Amino acid sequence: MMTRFRRGDSGMIPIVAGLIIMGIYFEARSSAFLSVGNLTNLAIQASIFVILGMAEIWLLLLGEIDLSAGYTAGLGGAVAVILVDLQFHWPWYAAIGAALVVSVAIGALWGALVIGLRLPSFIVTLAGQFGLEGCLIWVVDSQGTGGTISVHESVLYNIVYGNLTPLFTWIFIVGTVVLMTFSMVRKNASRSAQDLESQPALILAIKIAAMVVAGGIAGWVFNSNRGTFTKLDGMPYAIVVVGGVLAIYTFILNKTKAGRYIYAIGGNAEAARRSGIAVNRYRLLAFMLTGLTAGIAGLVYVSQLNGISDGIQGGTLVLYAVASAVIGGTSLFGGRGKMMHALIGGFVIATIYNGLALLQFGAAQQYIATALVLLAAVTIDSLARRGSTIVK
Amino acid sequence: MDHTPENNSLASSEVGNSEPVGSGVGSSEPMLLSLHGITKSFGAVQALQHVDLDIPNGQVTALIGDNGAGKSTLIKTISGIWAPTSGTMRWKGKDVHIHTPRDATQLGIATVYQDLALCDNLDIVQNMYLGREETKVGVLDEITMELATKQTLKDLSVSTVKSVRQTVGSLSGGQRQAVAVARAVMRESELVILDEPTAALGVSQTAQVLELIRTLSKRGIAVLVISHNLNDVFEVADRIAVMYLGNLVSHGPIANYDRNSAVEMITTGKSDRVPSSFASSN
Repeated sequence: MMTRFRRGDSGMIPIVAGLIIMGIYFEARSSAFLSVGNLTNLAIQASIFVILGMAEIWLLLLGEIDLSAGYTAGLGGAVAVILVDLQFHWPWYAAIGAALVVSVAIGALWGALVIGLRLPSFIVTLAGQFGLEGCLIWVVDSQGTGGTISVHESVLYNIVYGNLTPLFTWIFIVGTVVLMTFSMVRKNASRSAQDLESQPALILAIKIAAMVVAGGIAGWVFNSNRGTFTKLDGMPYAIVVVGGVLAIYTFILNKTKAGRYIYAIGGNAEAARRSGIAVNRYRLLAFMLTGLTAGIAGLVYVSQLNGISDGIQGGTLVLYAVASAVIGGTSLFGGRGKMMHALIGGFVIATIYNGLALLQFGAAQQYIATALVLLAAVTIDSLARRGSTIVK
Repeated sequence: MDHTPENNSLASSEVGNSEPVGSGVGSSEPMLLSLHGITKSFGAVQALQHVDLDIPNGQVTALIGDNGAGKSTLIKTISGIWAPTSGTMRWKGKDVHIHTPRDATQLGIATVYQDLALCDNLDIVQNMYLGREETKVGVLDEITMELATKQTLKDLSVSTVKSVRQTVGSLSGGQRQAVAVARAVMRESELVILDEPTAALGVSQTAQVLELIRTLSKRGIAVLVISHNLNDVFEVADRIAVMYLGNLVSHGPIANYDRNSAVEMITTGKSDRVPSSFASSN
């Protein structure tokens, strides 16, 4: 890691530092920022950007993009909300299943057009954005509830508003930290046993300490009572969803052939093809994963909104998602990025959103601030990498 | 610097096949790869016309010719990118049909293209194993792959690479070429084809690559090198094959050629100095 650092790839350190600075700034201007209630809200807002950001990363790694993902999320959420209530009354798992099938199908459709007709994904998904917005308006309005549909069903509602008990919150956090520590240490040990370069013990210790601290803070924040009239504590299920998706996707990208091939195709598709990799198969897979993940984001979104409306800003949502990925360090040109980038970037965007709202700045300032942060992030990233020999 | 020329009974008028003497594994066996009458047309354009070529085991064959002579086309036909319009190929004495790159790889033919086909964003280990990763229970077996990569580079005396976990994008031209060749070798190929391996390299990097080619040959691997650089060719080749306007106009042991005759064959298709060995009819 130190060689990477010296070569100019400081990774996520500048962004995390920026995040901390922003946190300090907002807390100084409004003491409500660091309240447990606000931080929990922030985490929930972030979770939508994070999941949608992870959706985009599947395609960004290939040098593609999905501009319709915000509306894929919206449509997926709408399908779940409608099927679970109104006249359908489907059981929650069936409604959620249907929602995810729809979102995967949308991703597959874009993939088929891009791959089969060799169209640029930017244009296909831009058209898709308009098309899906139209579909969403039609689907929601044709239910005859005046353009919005509320969530009444408890599972959907509880994604955001339901919580793990404090005990399970600690079990989840401690379990995650222990698992990650164990796997990092084991990997290091087996590498040194074979005389392969491994991380120095100091770096490992720092990483573990950072995880313990972060986990401790998260546990304390979520488990503190944030209710005003009744007791409200525990980690919202949405955070667990984010954690689960992050873990599974990171595993796929790092440890499986499919993940390896996605990086390869993003780096040099022709080289991948000549190595015998079925390039189009993995590109289609990526489009479908983007759709699926957007669907998951949609479920969290409708839970947070407590319903679906025909007026959701799917275009803005997707741009926040792409911004999250890029701020975290993912390249738009393919071949470089990790799911963790969406986590950091999503938190940055949510912090801006949340902090500026607390300070009662309006949409104008939020947009401008987001623009500045995005520009700053890619500029820092580009300047830092210019000194290094890492391509893209 | 110079290899010893094939001694022997290579009298004049040797048409086509000169048997390899000494050197290499299986020199008493038939040719590793034999092409007969290979023709390749792209619509009205005949890129290859009745090419007959034999590539013996364990030797370095240099394929030379001017731009547009058909060298790259011939390589791509052997490596499965294009199927020949007509003609036959025999691998170790048996008829084969190479329709896809995978067919070629499965036979034991590894091709290193001019653009190297490496992914700059991946590290050396990941590039070496691209498309044929080792897994354990479905999960990538990084340790096995890393150890094997280090061993291969060591076997090929590639000493300038510090860490196999460096991204390929950060390597120099010669190192990248070495990685590309090492990848071909790792697949236990019996024929390694190199398309202009030294074209973009400086002096010391070129020397590294030529040394690598010699190492391959010593290991009994047949090497087919396309090169524009006659200096490199005369440094490292055991045999030369000359292409001119889609025809293979001459081939034989390097002792039969010198720089002047080689240039003459490249530019005119014939030379008075070398018996022009036609195995093809035109």
